[in-house]
Amino acid sequence: MSVSQKTFLLYAFILLGGILAPFVFPNYIAQFATLWLMILFALTWDMMGGQMGYNSLGNIIFFGVGMYASAVVQIARLYEVAEYTSHSGAPKVDFGWTEYLSGMGFGIIAGALAAIFIAVILGRIVFGLRGPYFAIGTLGAAIAAGELVGAWDYIGGGGGITSLPFPGTGDERSLFFYFALFALALLTFAFLKWLYSRRYVLAVNAIRDDEDKAEAMGIHTLRYKTVTWAMSASFLGMAGAVYGNMAGFIEPLEVAFPTITFGIFMVLMALLGGKGTLWGPVLGAVVFHIIKEFTWTHFLGWQWVALGMLIIINVAYFQQGILGWAQEKWPDFFGLTVDESDTREAVEEASK
Amino acid sequence: MDNISLLVLAPVLNVQLLVDGLLIGAIFALVAYGLALVWGVTNVKNLAQGDFVMMGGYIAYSMTLVGIHPLWALPVAVVVMFCFGWALYKIVIYRVVDKDLFTSLLATFGIAIVVQQVLNLIFGPEVMIAESGFEVGEYLDGGLTVSNVKIIAFVMALILALIVVLFMKQSRMGQAIRATSQNARAARIMGIDTDRVYAFTFALNAAICGAAGVLISMIWVIQPYFGTSYSIRAFVIVTAAGLGNLPGVIMAGLGLGALEQFGAFILGAEFQQAIVVGLLLVILVIRQIQQSRHRQVVK
Repeated sequence: MSVSQKTFLLYAFILLGGILAPFVFPNYIAQFATLWLMILFALTWDMMGGQMGYNSLGNIIFFGVGMYASAVVQIARLYEVAEYTSHSGAPKVDFGWTEYLSGMGFGIIAGALAAIFIAVILGRIVFGLRGPYFAIGTLGAAIAAGELVGAWDYIGGGGGITSLPFPGTGDERSLFFYFALFALALLTFAFLKWLYSRRYVLAVNAIRDDEDKAEAMGIHTLRYKTVTWAMSASFLGMAGAVYGNMAGFIEPLEVAFPTITFGIFMVLMALLGGKGTLWGPVLGAVVFHIIKEFTWTHFLGWQWVALGMLIIINVAYFQQGILGWAQEKWPDFFGLTVDESDTREAVEEASK
Repeated sequence: MDNISLLVLAPVLNVQLLVDGLLIGAIFALVAYGLALVWGVTNVKNLAQGDFVMMGGYIAYSMTLVGIHPLWALPVAVVVMFCFGWALYKIVIYRVVDKDLFTSLLATFGIAIVVQQVLNLIFGPEVMIAESGFEVGEYLDGGLTVSNVKIIAFVMALILALIVVLFMKQSRMGQAIRATSQNARAARIMGIDTDRVYAFTFALNAAICGAAGVLISMIWVIQPYFGTSYSIRAFVIVTAAGLGNLPGVIMAGLGLGALEQFGAFILGAEFQQAIVVGLLLVILVIRQIQQSRHRQVVK
C-alpha cells in the first residue's frame, strides 16, 4: 500500500468516524462535540506557538470576542440589545429555522471579523514583546478582557446573556451543534494543511527560528505575525460563535474567556501532541480529551491536580510531544531522513 | 467618582490609604525580590511565586489551629519551604532550567495549579486568617487606625530583607549565587557547583515566599486561589524595576501597595485584580517602547 493510499484511508476513516460517531454513541455526543472544539483550539494555537514560536497564553480572547460579537449580532436582528440583556428581558419573538440559521450565519461571520479586528489591534500592542514577555502579556490581556466584558452592562455584564432559543428539539439541537463544530474543525484542518504547504509557512518558521535574521532577510515580520494571528483568531472567533449558541448562556469568566481552562488546555494539547506539526495538535487534543474526561469521571476533586501534574510531566519530561517522539523513533515512517554527519559517532569516525 | 471628592474632603483618609498601602507593599517587595533572585540567577520565571506565599500562609494558619502564635510560624515556614523548594528543584525545575523560557514558564504554571488545588483539597476554599491577637493602634486623633500586627509584619519584612541582602553580600554561598548570575559559565570554570547554586537559589526563594506568606496570613487573608494575584504583583514589580535592582524593587513594591489601595478605594474593591493586570500590560507596553528605540525594524 502506497503512502497516498494510506493517507486517503486515514482521511476516509476520520471523516466516516466523525459522521457516524453521534449515531453510534448518542450518549457521548456532547463529549464528541467538545473534542472537535479542542482539536480546533490546539490547531489554531499551534499556528502561533508551534509554527511561529510566539507562545500565546491569551488566544482565548478571540474565542470570547467571537462569542460575544455573534451573540450581539444575532440578538440585534430581532431585539433591542440593551433591553434583551437587562434584568427584565425583552418580549419574546417567535422565530423559526430560517431566522435562526441566517442569524447564526451572520453571527459566525461577525465573530470571525471581530476576532480579526481585535487580533490586529492587540497585535500592534503585544508583538514587540518577545519570548516569555509575550506569554505573560497575552495572559494578562486575556484576564483583563474577561474583567472588562464583565463590567460592560450593554452586553450583559457579569450576569451574562441567554442565547436565542433553538427552534428544534433537544436531539436535533445536539446533532446540529455537533456537526457545526465538526465542520469547523475540518475547515480549520483543511485550511492549515493547505497553508502549511505554501511558501508562507516558511517565512513564519523563519520568524520562529531567528526573528532578527528573518527581518534581515527582508521578511516583513510584523505583517507576517499579524496576519498569522488574525487567521488563527478568525477560526477561534467562528468557534466561539458556534459554542456560544451551543452553551445557551454566555457569561464572561467561565464561558467566554475561560483563561485557566480552555486557554491553558489549548497550549497543553499542542505541546502534548508535538508542536510545530500538523497532526501533533490533533493527536494531542484527542489524547488530552480522553485523559481529561477520564480524570473528571473517576477522580473527581483531584482532576485539577492531575491536570497540573500532566502539564509538569509534559514540559519537564516529555518535551517533544507524542508526534515528535514518534518522529525520532521511526523517522522512516514519516518519510524523514536523519542527517548523521553531525552526530558524535560520525565525527569520531571521520577524525580517525 | 464620589470617592475622589471624599479623599479631597478628608485628607486624613489619604494618609490612611497610604500607610496601609506602604505596609502591605513591603511584603509585595519581599516576594518580588525572591522572584528577581530566581529570575536573575536561574532565568526561570516562577509563576508559582504567589502559591508559595499561600503555602507559607497555610503553615501559619495550621499552627494557630494547635494554639501556637503565628509569629513562631516564621522560622518553621522558612525551613519547610526551603526543603520544599529544594525538592521541587530536583524533581522539576532541574529538567527545565536550561530549556527555552516558555518551557520553564509553563512548568511553574503547572506547579502553581497543583499547589493551589492541593491546598484547596486540604483546607477548603474558604478565606482564612491566622489570628495573632494584636491590638489596633490609633494615631492622629483617631483619624488613622493601624493594627499593630501590620507594623510588626512591616518590621519583620524589613528584617528578613536585610538578612537576605547581608547573606547575598557576605556569605560564600551568596557570593557564589551572585557570581553565577553574572556569568554561569565562568562561575563553573572557577569551581562553583552551579547546579547546587541553582537549587539553593530556588529553595531560598521558596523560603522567602513562605516567610512572606506567614506575614500575609496575619495581616490579610489567605485562600488557595489568591496566590495568582501575588504572582502577578511580583511580575509587575520586577518588570517595572528591572532585575538586580534592589532599591527599584523596594520602591516599586511600596508604590504598588499604595496604588492598589487608592485604586481599590476609588474604583471599588472588585477592580483590585483588574488594576494589577492592567498595570502589568501598561508596564510591558512602556518597556516595549523603550526597547524599540534600540531596535531597527523593517517598515
